[in-house]
Amino acid sequence: MKSRRLFFTLLTGALILTVFGSFALGRYPISPEEIVRFLAQQFLGIGSMDFQTMDKLETVLVHIRLPRIFGAMLVGAALSISGAVLQAIFINPLVSPKLIGILAGASFGAALATVLSLSWIVVQASASAFGILGVLAAVGITRLYRGDKILLLVLGGIISSELFNSLFYLMKYLADPYSQLPTITYWFMGGFALAEARTVLVLSFPILLGIFALVLFSPYLNVLTMGEEEARSMGINAAALRMTFLVISTVISSLTIAVCGMLGWVGLVIPHMARMIVGPDNRVFLPVTAVMGAIFLLVVDNLSRLLFQVEIPLGILTALVGVPVFAFVLKNATRGWSRWS
Amino acid sequence: MELIRAERINFSYGGSPVLKDISFSVDKGRIVSLLGPNGSGKSTLIKVLLGIYRPGSGSVLFEGKPLSRIAPKELAKRIAYVPQTHRMAFAYTVLEVVLMGRTPHKPLFSRYSKEDVEIALHSLDRLSISHLRHRSYTEVSGGERQLTLIARALTQGADMLIMDEPANGLDFGNQIRLLDQIADLARDGYTFIKSTHFPDHALWIADRVVMLQNGGVIADGSPSDVMDEEAICRLYNTKISILKINGSLKTCVPRAIANGGLKKHPGELDPSSDLCPEGRNDPLDTYN
Repeated sequence: MKSRRLFFTLLTGALILTVFGSFALGRYPISPEEIVRFLAQQFLGIGSMDFQTMDKLETVLVHIRLPRIFGAMLVGAALSISGAVLQAIFINPLVSPKLIGILAGASFGAALATVLSLSWIVVQASASAFGILGVLAAVGITRLYRGDKILLLVLGGIISSELFNSLFYLMKYLADPYSQLPTITYWFMGGFALAEARTVLVLSFPILLGIFALVLFSPYLNVLTMGEEEARSMGINAAALRMTFLVISTVISSLTIAVCGMLGWVGLVIPHMARMIVGPDNRVFLPVTAVMGAIFLLVVDNLSRLLFQVEIPLGILTALVGVPVFAFVLKNATRGWSRWS
Repeated sequence: MELIRAERINFSYGGSPVLKDISFSVDKGRIVSLLGPNGSGKSTLIKVLLGIYRPGSGSVLFEGKPLSRIAPKELAKRIAYVPQTHRMAFAYTVLEVVLMGRTPHKPLFSRYSKEDVEIALHSLDRLSISHLRHRSYTEVSGGERQLTLIARALTQGADMLIMDEPANGLDFGNQIRLLDQIADLARDGYTFIKSTHFPDHALWIADRVVMLQNGGVIADGSPSDVMDEEAICRLYNTKISILKINGSLKTCVPRAIANGGLKKHPGELDPSSDLCPEGRNDPLDTYN
């Protein structure tokens, strides 16, 4: 219990430090002192910086860095908690929003609505709907065969992802090369360079609401991981609850497509890391996963903009960081997973 | 007092009948063993009694009320399911597993209260496994896992426990400890329906035995009445003897062992009481 409290303190500290650091770091470095002075003058009216400096600081901090920082944290939290919930409801350590076909489905849904020149809100709805279709296709394929359920679901996810990736490429082929193609191409790259403040702000409402709902429902998630029959014997409508969890986690991960495109690994690696640290009790594990995901993606995004002269696409970096971490986590996963064949 | 009653239950799975016209009732505080070979319908019957499967025809009455008319959460406060010790994907602590038993008592969004934790700890104490509470469920022994699941059933508030082959996979000592706990809880008024593969377990602690074969009840009564050599021979299609120890205690052993050991040549076995002749394994005509 004591070590758990220490961990929560460390996690909160890391979160604050990362956010603060992310505001300071960049092509145009701003010292922490300057940030504090800017905040004091902006909100409290204390300070003596001239209008020009204030204007410059506001542009960098509020208009450039804030949406990006907020977006990265939002997406990191959404993908991580979504992966954690998917692993729990399928009782399967190898699934994540990307591996199970959600992100491919959502990318296609977003591309389809874009090619059809539909409104922004329809693009989001289409991404969510096809995200759900993507995961249902994966689960449907699993139902066709007998065998190891854990591996079958991964195979189902591969097939579903391939199907929707093909359809996505078809959309790219059909897209108007001047107005639509750049948008669609960027969805597939993954990154926050073009994250618009408006998109991030508007999508933050459904995503935060979804995260909140998942955390609220978390005690039921524990019961669901005991299997359908045991959950029902405890008076739970297991099928309806599982569907609720599936839809919420699918929608929040599908919506990340519009913020930063398709990002792999976050939703697989972070839940495993969090489970290793705090154990599988979803009441604690889900919020910790969300916060760790937010920190992780923010750090990786900082790396992507600072490491080299040119910004490295975020998807490449999450994979580069995620793969070795996952390999290590799998080896040590016995604390969170007994055995799985 | 009658607690649960099954009335002419039929259940089919994919067109083929699994349970055929099953009727029996269980009184409060009794231990009932479901005995039968693999595929006889024990597990299916358990799921029907729990309300997880709905029977094709017939009904299950709990305190005179059909299961289908009892809200799932209300039913869960009375009847708990104790599954076979299973492999669990997540390494919950023993206390976390037991706490899940509070689920039917909680409104939709509430968290576990101090009282819930106390109830869970009390259940662990009742089964003498309090010391395991912070251990990982996946790391404790099979016997301890089974006791954890029973503790969860008590935490659920249930007074009737339905167990699916609880002794499966337990070593001998743990089997005995488990039977001990079941008998102890039954003395406190808990009611048990448990399926088992071990006729001895029924002979030792059951008040009632319901024998299932091919989805039908072939015998139902107290162990001393219905568990004779012929019935068990028929049930498992193998030759056994029931030995009496100290005049009252009974145990079931392979016929060959009773006759002097399996190592004897089959021809040397005592042919005097061949109660279980091959080729006559449809006992329904005998019993119905």
